[in-house]
Amino acid sequence: MRTASEIIRNEKDLAFDVHRVRADFPILKQKIYGKPLVYLDNAATTQKPQAVIDALVHFYANDCANIHRGVHLLSERSTRAYEDTRTRLKRFIHAADEKEIIFVRGATEGVNLVAQSFVRPRLERGDEILISAMEHHSNIVPWQILCEEKGARLRIIPMTQQGELRLDEYEGLLGPRVRLVSIAHVSNALGTVNPVRRMIELAHRRNIPVLVDGAQAAPHLRVDVADLDCDFYTFSGHKMYGPTGVGVLYGKSALLEAMPPYQGGGDMISSVTFEKTIYNRLPYKFEAGTPNIAGGIALGAAIDYLEALGMERIASYEHELLKYATETFSQLAGVRLIGTAKEKASVLSFVVDGVHPHDVGTILDQEGIAIRTGHHCAQPVMDFFNLPATARASLAFYNTREEIDALAAGIRKVTEVFS
Amino acid sequence: MPDLRELYQEVILDHHKRPRNCRKPGDANKHADGYNPLCGDKVSVFLRVEDGVVRDIAFQGSGCAISTASASMMTESLKGKSETEVEQIFERFHDLVTGKTDAGDVAGLGKLAVFSGVRDYPVRVKCATLAWHTMKAALDESQETVATE
Repeated sequence: MRTASEIIRNEKDLAFDVHRVRADFPILKQKIYGKPLVYLDNAATTQKPQAVIDALVHFYANDCANIHRGVHLLSERSTRAYEDTRTRLKRFIHAADEKEIIFVRGATEGVNLVAQSFVRPRLERGDEILISAMEHHSNIVPWQILCEEKGARLRIIPMTQQGELRLDEYEGLLGPRVRLVSIAHVSNALGTVNPVRRMIELAHRRNIPVLVDGAQAAPHLRVDVADLDCDFYTFSGHKMYGPTGVGVLYGKSALLEAMPPYQGGGDMISSVTFEKTIYNRLPYKFEAGTPNIAGGIALGAAIDYLEALGMERIASYEHELLKYATETFSQLAGVRLIGTAKEKASVLSFVVDGVHPHDVGTILDQEGIAIRTGHHCAQPVMDFFNLPATARASLAFYNTREEIDALAAGIRKVTEVFS
Repeated sequence: MPDLRELYQEVILDHHKRPRNCRKPGDANKHADGYNPLCGDKVSVFLRVEDGVVRDIAFQGSGCAISTASASMMTESLKGKSETEVEQIFERFHDLVTGKTDAGDVAGLGKLAVFSGVRDYPVRVKCATLAWHTMKAALDESQETVATE
């Protein structure tokens, strides 16, 4: 039998010690206009723990060399460190094999790669690509470009006023001409967690492949591509505490094998003559040119950091914080939340009566509070709610209840200035 | 630290709440549209110019307090001015909000001097100048939408 003190100690271990976590992020220690920084723009980019910063510095100070080609020790070290990240990423999203993990610049490039290498060769006049009403521009524009070129149609899964996708309508849209469904796992503008597992199942019943834009999901939820059974999944390193300029495209190996390369260049070939080039095997076939080596290695450090905290614990802490923030917002006069889906993660999009979001942002900035204002690269979402823009506070696991209180006080100041 | 009250002065808040000349005149002979993709601000500026003089000027649009107040006060200060005078006021206003001239150097700007606080908020300069650039495009009879990005 365990003693009482042992039980208490274990409970402490389970609890999320946010103040200890904050100490890992040097940027959070600073003051803005003499006030503590309250960073609530995590959906745009997250801050980096010391371990990630150290990994970047360590690479450039000790191991800097190009990968996959040198016979010398530095190249061997950098190659190993870079490929180690691939292994960690495979584990992190539960992929079957390292070769299914393609390094890209970010989720935007992941979507473009699927558009150009997977969809483009098989898209014909009159075919359809299905996306949702809450997509980021990066999951709209690549499809528009493709549809325009091929005479295909971009169709939209509608949503409710709460910001939930209409699954009944979705089923009806899964017609015989649909060549791909591409949907956000979590909406960056509304915070909605979409029922992607169910949506993938419905698409697969009609043999339609699915790409999931996981840019806003990977930092907040446990991602399991095997359980989702998605065909492609893409996300960005910088939104999950890693560096900018590196991200991942996961693809089922059978699909990736059959796809032509995305870009031509070094590293993606196994032999070149002027008559014929033989492409490299997976995953290198899709990785032309020298990649963001330091970024890739540091992304590995970010994965280690997240796994040490535990994605389930992160999700549960953030869920409580979002609940607290949502309740706090309901007490604020003249403030309306945009996006009130039952399943949400991290995001509080809001408007203040009679005050433009840009003015809200400037006044909060003076209080040391960083939020995003504007259309969040999701103009169709703004049009749907008939708003020019919203203010958006987006949470990370290093945010605290005190910071939510500071945000609420800041918003009260906004209404005061404009009263 | 810049003082918030310098940016959101009473007169600016007043013009934001009750914008002047916010209408579409039927007899305008010059018009242009402006758009700030950063914050989604949209403005249309209408002018009636006769014999080189601005007889009427009005605007319509949606935007933040700074951009709405700037458009509103612009219409008040430019009505009755010659195109040459408009040009001069535009230059002075632009220099004031971008910090090219001293905050105190507001000769000829009248009430527009309240926008001197904008210089401390570089990302807000575009809000203050959107209506002005749009007005300029209307005078120059540019057909393209003015974008501040």
